[in-house]
Amino acid sequence: MALGLYSYWVVIVLMMAGFYIVIASSNLIKKIAGLNIFQGSVFIFYISLGKVEDGTAPILASGYESYSNPLPHVLILTAIVVGVATTALAVALVARIHDAYGTIEEDDIHGQDESL
Amino acid sequence: MIAANLPALQVVLPLIAAPLCLLLRREWAAWTLATAVSWMCLAIAVLLLDQALHVGPIRYFMGGWAPPWGIEYRIDALNGFVLLLLCAIAAVTLPYARRSVLEEIGRERAYLFYTVLLLCFTGLLGITATGDAFNLFVFLEISSLSSYILISMGRDRRALTASYQYLIMGTIGGTFVLIGVGYLYAATGTLNMLDLADRLAAISDSRTVRTGYAFILVGLSLKLALFPLHLWLPNAYTYAPSAVTVFLAATSTKVAVYAMLRFAFTVFDVSHAFGDIGLSRILLLLAAAGIVFASITAIVQSDVKRSFAYSSVAQVGYMILGIGLLNLPGLTGGIAHLFNHALAKGAIFMALGCIALRLRSVQLQDMAGIGWQMPWTMGALVIGGLSLIGVPLTAGFISKWYLLLGALEQEQWLLALLILGGSLLAVIYVWRVIEAAYLQPAPARQAPVQEAPLGMLVPTWLLALANLYFGVHTEVTVGVASQAARLLLGAAS
Repeated sequence: MALGLYSYWVVIVLMMAGFYIVIASSNLIKKIAGLNIFQGSVFIFYISLGKVEDGTAPILASGYESYSNPLPHVLILTAIVVGVATTALAVALVARIHDAYGTIEEDDIHGQDESL
Repeated sequence: MIAANLPALQVVLPLIAAPLCLLLRREWAAWTLATAVSWMCLAIAVLLLDQALHVGPIRYFMGGWAPPWGIEYRIDALNGFVLLLLCAIAAVTLPYARRSVLEEIGRERAYLFYTVLLLCFTGLLGITATGDAFNLFVFLEISSLSSYILISMGRDRRALTASYQYLIMGTIGGTFVLIGVGYLYAATGTLNMLDLADRLAAISDSRTVRTGYAFILVGLSLKLALFPLHLWLPNAYTYAPSAVTVFLAATSTKVAVYAMLRFAFTVFDVSHAFGDIGLSRILLLLAAAGIVFASITAIVQSDVKRSFAYSSVAQVGYMILGIGLLNLPGLTGGIAHLFNHALAKGAIFMALGCIALRLRSVQLQDMAGIGWQMPWTMGALVIGGLSLIGVPLTAGFISKWYLLLGALEQEQWLLALLILGGSLLAVIYVWRVIEAAYLQPAPARQAPVQEAPLGMLVPTWLLALANLYFGVHTEVTVGVASQAARLLLGAAS
């Protein structure tokens, strides 16, 4: 039973790993990578929600009775777009931070600005 | 034809205007378009609220697809009120923004500013208008992404790090909401809020639903800067361009509070959520801690903008207090405070923007004697400050009064004391500014400081006078807020 839901285990491991990287890493780019892993785990979670046991792709065809639910997949397409936009914006910000501070290490940035 | 499509137009109008601003490129054209759109949105919001109050909730099916398959927009007393607030703030911020943006962002990049501001406005309106849980997440991200950009436009390089910090925390918050919505979808198979409410009532004991609820509440708490998840807010407000601080301080946390109200009362069964899980106690505790901690932090800041940013965290605490009290006066006070605090903070940050324009600083020591050199600007700031404290005859008094009534009705004496104590702390951090501005001698400068330009003073004073108006004429705010509170509590019983 527990193994049958292995995709959810994958989700939990990825989610925690991503979250940990965001919190623990002081490199701004690594934080973004962690954020991506964190978001990716949620995408996998949604996609596995839509899977119906023995169901096939949701295209009407003779000989198939059971179909997977396409709605979570469509939802997650939107969320992936949001994720890509967030990543692009974050990377652009890091580039600007690098221009302004000459570093992308959080500790060095804090050192340069005493108030943060 | 147009009247029937008002709920869609409310959100679509700024969404279409945003790329148009990008194409126009000229500063004056982009500003004119953005301002015109914000005024049209205000007119629409007035019509929608009027209809929602007198005819009943408006249901609008996007593209004619009936819910639960299609996306539904649903306007009732609560979100009609929030829509009105958003549009009113946008309608006064845009005229104000022009001079401030020219100064702080520059003529070449101004059209980009208006594009992103309109996108942010779209996102906030969308969160408020929609009746679909996933749609809410999408609009939440639209408004968040655009506010990260707006904040990063600040002159100080620390605006970049503040924006980055907000991006990380905001994305975690947004993703938490996404996870929560996923759990609810897994449990019910629907995303429409009313449909969710119907189906959740039967299975509210399931662990899936509870976990989903927790994820959504924590995600939204990050967005609304509930103590101790407020860490992104002070830097973001301090280093953002003045016009952005005005707009975000008056709208974005308020919309997140609205979303929390919507989930806590409409989507979830309130008696279950608050009774079994003890949410009420958690919210009251965090709100109380936020009021005390953030107010004290506000007192020791040397940057006045940062001081009022911390005050925003404290005032969010008051709104959450209203939710946690869970009775009619408390909730009325919370919803009214959402509106009144936006007016007070809007006026204060506008006045600080005027000072930043003339003085190029909002440090407390630089503001010595400024009250005599910029009498109109400081006058508006004082009115805003009085409203923030909750002095009678100002808007802030009304909402704090109802919160107090709510606390007394629950016989929560400690909370009642805390509401009054929070106001006393507000007296201290507002008084510091007044003392510096009026009682300290102005330092010798080469050129005397001029009063702010009229284009910025008029919107500032509009908001300041609104604080006085709504402090005397309470029918609108309290009337609508109590109707909204009744709606939320009624849906529960």
